[in-house]
Amino acid sequence: MIGTLLNSSAQSLASKVAEEATSVSDFPMIPALILTPLIGAIIIALIPRSRSDLYKQIAVITSVITSAFSIAMLVAFNTEDSGYQFVIDQPWISDLGISLHFGVDGISLFLVVLTGVIFPIALLGAKVDHDPKPYYGWLMVLMAASMGVFSSLDLVLFFAFFELVLVPMYFLIGLWGHSNRVYAATKFFLYTMLGSAFMLVGLVSLAVLNARAMGGPITFDLVEIAKNQAISVTAGRWIFCAFAVAFAVKVPLFPLHTWLPDAHTEAPTAGSVILAAVMLKLGTYGFIRFGLDLFPEASHWAAPVMMTLGVIGIIYGAICATMQKDLKRLVAYSSIAHLGFIVLGVFAFSVQGLEGSILIMVNHGISTGALFLLVGWIYERRHTRQIAELSGLQKVAPIFAGVFTLVMLSSIGVPGLNGFPGEFLVLLGSFASARWWGVVAVSGVILAALYLLWAYQRVFHGPVTEPNKGFRELRLTEGLVIAPLLFLIVFLGLYPKPMLDRIEPSVERLLAHVDAEVDGFELREVKFVAPLPGEVDAGHSEAGKTEAGHTEAGKTEAGHTEGKP
Amino acid sequence: MLALNETWYLVLAAMIFTIGSVGLLTRKNPLVMFMCVELMLNAVNLTFVTFSKALDDIAGQAIVFFVMVVAAAEVVVGLGIIVAIMRRRQGANADDISLMRG
Amino acid sequence: MNLIWLIPCLPLFGFLVLLVAGRKLGDPGAGWWGTGVVAASFLVVVKVFFDLLALPEEERSLTQTLFTWIPSGSFKVSIGFLADPLSILMCLFITGIGALIHLYSIGYMKGDEKFSKFFLYLNLFLASMLLLVLGDNLLLTFLGWEGVGTCSYLLISFWHTDPANASAGKKAFVTNRIGDFGFMLGTFLVWITVGSINYADIGPAAPMIAGGTATAIALLFFLGAVGKSAQLPLSVWLPDAMAGPTPVSALIHAATMVTAGVYLITRLNPIMAQAGWANDVIAWTGAITALVAASIAIAQTDIKKVLAYSTVSQLGYMFLAVGTQTYVAGIFHMVTHAFFKALLFLGAGSVIMAMSHEQDMRKFGNLRKYLPVTFATFMIGWLAISGIPPLAGFWSKDEVLAGAFNAGPAGPVLWFIGLLVALMTAFYMTRVVIMTFFGSEKWRLTDDPHEAAESADLESEDVESSDLVTASVAAADHGDGHDDHHGLSPDHTPQEPHWTMTAPLVILAGLSIFAGAINLPFGSDFKRLEHWLEPTLAYEHELPPVPVLVLLACAAIAVASLGIFLAYLVYSKQKIAVEKIERPVLAHAWYIDETYAKVAGGPGEAGFQGLADFDGTVVDGAVNGVGAGVLGIGNKLRPIQSGLVRSYALGISIGGALLLAFIVTRMNL
Repeated sequence: MIGTLLNSSAQSLASKVAEEATSVSDFPMIPALILTPLIGAIIIALIPRSRSDLYKQIAVITSVITSAFSIAMLVAFNTEDSGYQFVIDQPWISDLGISLHFGVDGISLFLVVLTGVIFPIALLGAKVDHDPKPYYGWLMVLMAASMGVFSSLDLVLFFAFFELVLVPMYFLIGLWGHSNRVYAATKFFLYTMLGSAFMLVGLVSLAVLNARAMGGPITFDLVEIAKNQAISVTAGRWIFCAFAVAFAVKVPLFPLHTWLPDAHTEAPTAGSVILAAVMLKLGTYGFIRFGLDLFPEASHWAAPVMMTLGVIGIIYGAICATMQKDLKRLVAYSSIAHLGFIVLGVFAFSVQGLEGSILIMVNHGISTGALFLLVGWIYERRHTRQIAELSGLQKVAPIFAGVFTLVMLSSIGVPGLNGFPGEFLVLLGSFASARWWGVVAVSGVILAALYLLWAYQRVFHGPVTEPNKGFRELRLTEGLVIAPLLFLIVFLGLYPKPMLDRIEPSVERLLAHVDAEVDGFELREVKFVAPLPGEVDAGHSEAGKTEAGHTEAGKTEAGHTEGKP
Repeated sequence: MLALNETWYLVLAAMIFTIGSVGLLTRKNPLVMFMCVELMLNAVNLTFVTFSKALDDIAGQAIVFFVMVVAAAEVVVGLGIIVAIMRRRQGANADDISLMRG
Repeated sequence: MNLIWLIPCLPLFGFLVLLVAGRKLGDPGAGWWGTGVVAASFLVVVKVFFDLLALPEEERSLTQTLFTWIPSGSFKVSIGFLADPLSILMCLFITGIGALIHLYSIGYMKGDEKFSKFFLYLNLFLASMLLLVLGDNLLLTFLGWEGVGTCSYLLISFWHTDPANASAGKKAFVTNRIGDFGFMLGTFLVWITVGSINYADIGPAAPMIAGGTATAIALLFFLGAVGKSAQLPLSVWLPDAMAGPTPVSALIHAATMVTAGVYLITRLNPIMAQAGWANDVIAWTGAITALVAASIAIAQTDIKKVLAYSTVSQLGYMFLAVGTQTYVAGIFHMVTHAFFKALLFLGAGSVIMAMSHEQDMRKFGNLRKYLPVTFATFMIGWLAISGIPPLAGFWSKDEVLAGAFNAGPAGPVLWFIGLLVALMTAFYMTRVVIMTFFGSEKWRLTDDPHEAAESADLESEDVESSDLVTASVAAADHGDGHDDHHGLSPDHTPQEPHWTMTAPLVILAGLSIFAGAINLPFGSDFKRLEHWLEPTLAYEHELPPVPVLVLLACAAIAVASLGIFLAYLVYSKQKIAVEKIERPVLAHAWYIDETYAKVAGGPGEAGFQGLADFDGTVVDGAVNGVGAGVLGIGNKLRPIQSGLVRSYALGISIGGALLLAFIVTRMNL
C-alpha cells in the first residue's frame, strides 16, 4: 500500500516532468553543470581582496545553483531509457576526431547528482583560515571538472577532465592541508598522473587501432568505439591494462593505494570530503564506463584478478584501519575497504553486483563524506586527530555523538541505512557469479564493525578526560549542513527503489552488451519457479527443478554460470 | 689535379672549420672561443658558396646571407654577455661561468 | 482491516516521537509513552491473534506488503509482513513482556539523567525485534536481526563513561557480526538455490533442495544463530552484556533477542528437514553449551552473571530441541523461559536496586525479610526454572528432554546431558536463592563498602579496556556503573521498590505458573501449542510414548529435587565445602574469554599491526622507493650538466661527428 502510493506519486510527478522534459532536454544541462562553477571561479578571481567576505558567498551560491541543475536533471531523467540522455555532441578538433560529446545515463546520473549535492555541503561545513580567494576558486574549478568527468563521452575530453581534477586537489591539499601536506599533495599528484600517463597511451592507441580496423577517419568517441568493438583481442587486453592502471591508482586498488591515507589525512576538511565522495568514484566509474563498455572481453578476462584485488582491498583496508591511531587515517583506510566492495561488484558481471556497486558509490560518498565532516569538526574543536587524545566525547556532546553513531552505522552497513542495499547486492551478485570471492568478501562486514566500533568506543565512550571537557556540542549551523546527508542516509536505506529503477536499464544494457560481445560469458539470472503441487514430495527427483536449482550433482553448483572462473 | 676546381675550396673550408672547432674546444678565453665560432661559420659559408657555384643553384648563396645575419646577431648578444661578465671578474674564462650546472 | 503493519510501526513511532521530544517528556513521561506504544502494539497483536484463530487451520496466515525495498534484476525484496501462528506467538510474548519491562524500567531508571534515551533505544529495539519475526522474507528478518544487534549495542553500553561497559557493547556487536557472516551467506545460498528469499516460497520449494546444499544452508544459518543466541563458541558476549542496565538484560538477553536464533531455525524448518547431519550439529552444540554454561553458573558470585550463564544454558536446551526437530518443544521452552527468566532478571534488578547497586551475592542474605514481593515472585521463578511441576518450566523442559531421548541413536546421551544440566540448574538457582534471600545479612558484617577487595580474587589480570578485545571478565563485577560507588553501608536497610517494578514481577510470576497449560502432554486436546504451530512446521519429531514420558518426567523431577537438596546442603547447612564446588576454572568460565583475549590481543593484534606496518613500510616504501629511485638516477646524471661551456661544446662536436658518420655510411649517396 505504501509502495503503490509512493510509486504512483513518483510516477505522476515524473510524467508531468517528462512532458516538460522535451523543453528541459533542449536546455543544455551538462554544459550548465560544467560552466556554472567555472563562471563562479572567474567571478571569485575578479573580485578584489578587499571584499573577501564575498568569496564564500559566491562559491556557495554557485554551487547551490549547480546543485539545483543536477537535481533538475535527476527529476527530468527518463527512467525507461537505457541510453544516454541530455546528450550534447559538437565537433571540437575534427581533424583528430575529438568532439564535445556529453551525456549521462543511469550509471553516471547519480554520480553527477552526488557531486552536485556534496559540494555545497563541503563548502558550508568547512572553515578556511587563510587565503579564501584561491581556496574557493579552486573548489569551483574542481566542481566543474568533476561534473565534466562523469558526463564526458569522448575519450580525450574525459582524459582532459580527469587530469583537470588533479590540479585543484593538489593545491587544496598542498596549501590548506595539515602538517605533512606538501609530501601528501606531491605524492597524490605524481602517483595519479603516472597512472593517467598509461591511460593516455591506451586511449590514443585505441582510437588509432579502431580507425585502422574500421577503415574510417579517426574518432575518439566512446559510444562509437564501444559499438564497433573492432580491435583485436590481444590489443584490447593490452589497452585495457593501460586503462586499468590509471583507474586502479584512482580507485584506489591494492597495491596502488598508498597515496590515499596520506592525501586524506593531510587534506583540509572540504578537500577530504570531496576526495572521498567524488574523486574516488572516478576510478570505479572509469572501470564501468571504459572497462566494461569499451573492453568487455578484456574485462571479463581480467575479472578474476580484479576481483581478487578488490577482495584483498576489503580485508586489507579493514585490518589496516583497525590499527590506525589517527582518526582521519582510519576513515581513509575504510574508504579503501568500501571501494574494494565496489570493484568486486563491478567485475562480478551480474546485475545485482553492478547495481550494488553503483549504489555503494553513491552511498559511500554520502556516509564517508559525512564522516570526514564530523572528523573535521572534531579537529576544529580539539586540534588533534589522534584517537588516544580523545575520550568520553559522548558525555559532553551527545547530539554530536548521536549523529556520528548514525553515520558510523551506515558505514558499517547496518540494514535500514544506506550502506546496506549496495553492500548486500554486491555480495549477493558476486556470490552468484563468483562464489568464493563473495564468501571471503562477506567477512569484510565483520571487520567493518570491528574497526569502527572500537574507534568509536575509544573516542566517544569512556571517561571524559581533562582536555576533552570543553568539547563543544553540535552547532545548529553544523547540524543544518549535515542534515541532508543524514536524511539521505536513512531514506536511501529504506527506499532505494527510485535509485535502482533509474540505474537498472543502463546496467542491463551494459551487461547485454558484454553478453553479446564476449563468447565465454553468458548472463545468468536466478529465477524462482514455483513448484507444482504434485512434485512437492518428489524429493531429489528430476521433475520440478527450479530453474536455478539443480537437485542432483553439484550440491552448490546451482545457478553457476558456465565459462565463469 | 692542379686545376683550381671546387675541391680546393672545399678542402680549404674543411681546414678552416677544423681549426675553428679545435680552437673552440681547447681555448678557454671566451673571446677566442667566439673567434673560433666565427671561423667555423665562415668555413660553412665558403662551403655553401662553392656548392652553389658547382651545382649552379643560387639557394646556396642565399643561405649564406642568412648565416651571416645570424652570426652577426649572435656575436652581438654573445659579446654583450661576455663583456658584462668580464667586467665583473678580471681574467674570467669559460670554465668559471658554470652557474648553469645541474 | 490489515493491522499487521501497526505491530512493528507503533514502537517505531514511539521511537520517533522520543527522538524528537524525549527530553521534553522527561522522567517519567518518556517512560509512560514508551510503555504505552508497546502496550498498544500488544493489543494489536492480540487482535491479529484472534483473527488468525478465526481462520481454519490450513489458511492461518495473513500477509501485508508495504512497498518494494530492493529491486535488482530478478532479485526483488519487499517490506512485507507474514502473520502466521509462529510469528504471532512470538509477537505475543515479545510485546507482552516488552510492555512489562518498559513499565519496570520506569521505576528502575528513575533519576537517571539519560532516562528518555533509555526508552528511545528500548522502543527501537522492540520495533526491530517485531520486524524480525514478522518479516515475510529473509532480508527483512535480517533487517530486524541487525536492528536488535545495534540496539543491544546501544543499550549495553548505555552507561558508557565506564570503559568496561563500552567495551562490552562493542564485543556484543562484533560477535553478533561473526554470526551475521553465516546469515548472509545462508541467504545468498537460499536465493541461488530457490530463486526467492520469501518464506512463502522457501517452504514449498525446500523438499527439492539437494541434501548437501540444504546442509550448507542450515549450518550457515546456524552460525548466525550461534552468534545471536550466544551458543558456544560465540557465547562470550552475553555474560559481558550484563554491563547494561538490568531491564536491558531482561528484555534482550532473556526474553527476546537471544531467542531470535531459535526463531530463525524454526522458521527455516523446511530446509532443516532436508539438512541431515546439520541438525545433529545443532543439537549437540546446544547440549554442550547448556552443560558448559550451567557449570560456569555454579561458581559465579554476581547475580546477573549467574542469570546470564543460565540463559546461555537454557538456550542450549532450545537448540537441543530444535536440533532434534522437536520444534514445538523448543518454542514451548522459549515461551516459558521468556516468562521465568524475565521474572528472575527483573527480580534480580529489584534486589540490586534495593542493595544500592550491589550485585555480589556474597553481600546479600536474608532479603526475604525486606523484599517480600520480590522474594515471593523470585521463588516462583526459581521453581519454574528448576523444573518443578506444575510450573511452566517443568512441562517445557520435560518436552525438550523427551524429544531428545528418542532422537536417533545418540538420543539417550543427549537426554542424559540434558538431565545433568537440569541438575546443575536446580543447584545453582537454589544457591542464588539461598545466598540472596536466606542466611545471615552479610552486608552488615563488613565495614568496607567497596567490594573491590573481595572481587580481587575473581578478577583476572587487569586487562586494559582500551585493548582490541577486552577481557571484561572484570566488567560486570563492577556493578551497574549507575553510581560509581556502591553505598552499601552496614546500616543499609533494603526496601521494596516502586510498584512499577513489582507489578511486572507479579504478572510474570503468574505466567510462570500457568504458562505450562499451553502444551500439556495429556492427550491431544491439551496440546494447544502443537496444534497451533502445526501449519508452520514441515516435520515434527514424535515424542516417545506416554509411559516413557512418565518415566522421563520422574527422572527429571528426581534430578531437580536432588539439585535443590545438594544446594541446600552446601549453602544452607554448610555440610559440603563450598570450595569443592566452586572451582576457579568454573568461576573463570573455563578460561574461554581469557583465551580469546590472549589470541586476539596477542597474535591477533600483532598480526593486524604487522599488516598495518607492512602497508606503511613495504607498500608505501615501494612508492617512496620509486620516487627515491628517480631522484637517484637524476643525481647520477647530473654531472653531465657540468655548467662548463667547453664540455658542452665537446659534446656537440662528438655528436655531430657521429651523426655525420651515420649519414655518410647509411644513406646511399
